[in-house]
Amino acid sequence: MINKDLSLKAIASAPDALGRFGPYGGRFVSETLIAALDELRDTYEKLSNDAAFWAEFDQDLAHYVGRPSPLYHAKRWSDEVGGAQIYLKREDLNHTGAHKVNNTIGQALLAKHMGKPRIIAETGAGQHGVASATVAARLGLECHVFMGAEDIKRQALNVYRMKLLGANVVSVESGSKTLKDAMNEAMRDWVTNVDNTYYIIGTAAGPHPYPKLVRDFQSVIGREARRQSLEQIGRLPDALVACVGGGSNAIGLFHPFIEDEGVEMYGVEAGGDGLETGRHAAPLSDGIPGVLHGNRTYLMEDEDGQIIETHSVSAGLDYPGVGPEHSWLKDVGRAKYVAINDDEAMAGFRKLTRIEGIMPALESAHAIAYAEKLAKTMTPDQNIVVNLSGRGDKDILTVAAMDGISVEGQS
Amino acid sequence: MSRIAQVMADLKASNRKALVPYIVAGDPTPSHTVALMHGLVEAGADIIELGVPFSDPMAEGPSIARGHERALEYRVGLRHVLDMVTEFRTNDSKTPVVLMGYANPIERMGYDVFSERAYVAGIDGVLTVDLPPEESGALAETLQDRGIDTIFLVSPTTSDQRAKEIVKNASGYIYYVSLKGVTGAANLDVDEVSERINLLRSYTDLPLCVGFGIKDAESAKAVSSAADGAVVGSVLVNACGELAHAPVSELVSQVSAIIGDMRSALG
Repeated sequence: MINKDLSLKAIASAPDALGRFGPYGGRFVSETLIAALDELRDTYEKLSNDAAFWAEFDQDLAHYVGRPSPLYHAKRWSDEVGGAQIYLKREDLNHTGAHKVNNTIGQALLAKHMGKPRIIAETGAGQHGVASATVAARLGLECHVFMGAEDIKRQALNVYRMKLLGANVVSVESGSKTLKDAMNEAMRDWVTNVDNTYYIIGTAAGPHPYPKLVRDFQSVIGREARRQSLEQIGRLPDALVACVGGGSNAIGLFHPFIEDEGVEMYGVEAGGDGLETGRHAAPLSDGIPGVLHGNRTYLMEDEDGQIIETHSVSAGLDYPGVGPEHSWLKDVGRAKYVAINDDEAMAGFRKLTRIEGIMPALESAHAIAYAEKLAKTMTPDQNIVVNLSGRGDKDILTVAAMDGISVEGQS
Repeated sequence: MSRIAQVMADLKASNRKALVPYIVAGDPTPSHTVALMHGLVEAGADIIELGVPFSDPMAEGPSIARGHERALEYRVGLRHVLDMVTEFRTNDSKTPVVLMGYANPIERMGYDVFSERAYVAGIDGVLTVDLPPEESGALAETLQDRGIDTIFLVSPTTSDQRAKEIVKNASGYIYYVSLKGVTGAANLDVDEVSERINLLRSYTDLPLCVGFGIKDAESAKAVSSAADGAVVGSVLVNACGELAHAPVSELVSQVSAIIGDMRSALG
């Protein structure tokens, strides 16, 4: 049910000048960072009105990332499901293997224009860390990636990949030693080295202007998908499905469709062991609004307002907050948010691998699993676009371990 | 006159500097805190800044972040901190207490409920690290209704124009962050601090306290030469960690002795 007081146009035009999406977003940071955020906001405002900046961005996406990514009709899977036709937006085919690179290309251009020689990034699964290390290597920038000690253990392959690319991977030992703590540590570094450092936030969250600029860079996904739908299907899809951790791949797909009233949007959170167990990473499904990492948004927290540990088979969704625009889209009813638990996601991973020969990232497997549920409730003349946000190569060791198989030492 | 204003006026009249220790409530255990607060006052503290433990203390360096973690092992939250201040007030009605923490625990309790309970507990000021002036209007209002001061940070990166706006909205005192970095960092530049304090002085009559990076009597004396007071945190929280397993009385006397030395140096 859409909030009737708000036009779709008004929803799509958020955030306001203070970075607010309705009551969400904003700039909840220590005073020392305000000047850096002002500088970033002003730079982005200027460059985003400059056609040459977007031409440079598009050029990089075309020749370095390999865009546009295909919109693939998963016909065999669709036929087996027996409901709607399912199309996959193939972000897994991007250079570095996920949608994350769209954003790091854009922010690296900002860093270059701002003359910052040093970049820092936080990472959970390591995909954003790899994408940051990649653009840093390409531009000859010094790169430090903050990663929770727990995640470093879980994602050894990506850690090595970042090191090969020349990045310094900093192991974060504080708090729960996962993504949220890596983000705290990156903020601490930024506040200390604010003069020469650009902080590439990996998702559409954090203090203004990050949620806006990350969304703008990722919106290439939705713009392409919209055009490709018109070309290949002859009309817009009936529904969009994307996984939501911080929510950058989802907002990138959703945003260009916000004003298309007939297109339903489903964000899929990590249900972990199941929402009823409390062991999950689904703040929109089972959290409340609060303030963390520079923005007001839905969070997972306890009765004292302490942020609680999250649980998901997928390190990339294992985050207790979510981008503020998703909180807003939920409240106004423009998008719906659902949860898929670990077991369902694993089944989705195996299904897509066997039936289409495409191995999705465990994050994207949440979207796959929900798309199958949704497709069954629809008819064969209807269409769903699923954001296949990343490829599953990085997760093979995790899946093998769940199967009780050791693949170490094999190639 | 508020307790903070009274203390600062008295200090000014006797040409003395305010000494403001910061400890984390519940660090190393909840049973230390009230005893430590009294010990600090006896050693010469003028105002006490009490850190409210938070799971994600983004602006803190490793020393104070570990203090938060120690307190959280005992699940110390905002409501417990308020109880500690209530207990402190049974034996000390004069020393101002300022809560320093992050927005989310206050959001969770609700601005109105928090402000009322803080008033009843005898809190004098609230410094919320991640509520810059743009985001703090609603809370500042409910606090002001109860006569509680909203303390704001001004940092080396704050523009002059912005500093003018911040001091306009501030009450109690201004907390000048002495360096670009987290609490407890090592890159303190005393001349730069003095220059900035003198500039702020031309914008406001509010007392100016300096914090972040003050480690000993010497640095406390140096930074407070231009300012009205010095905030000391990491060195105390470090000591709390080192003495976590010592008897409570020993921790209190040793941590208070650090403040005692600074008091002697400041006069």
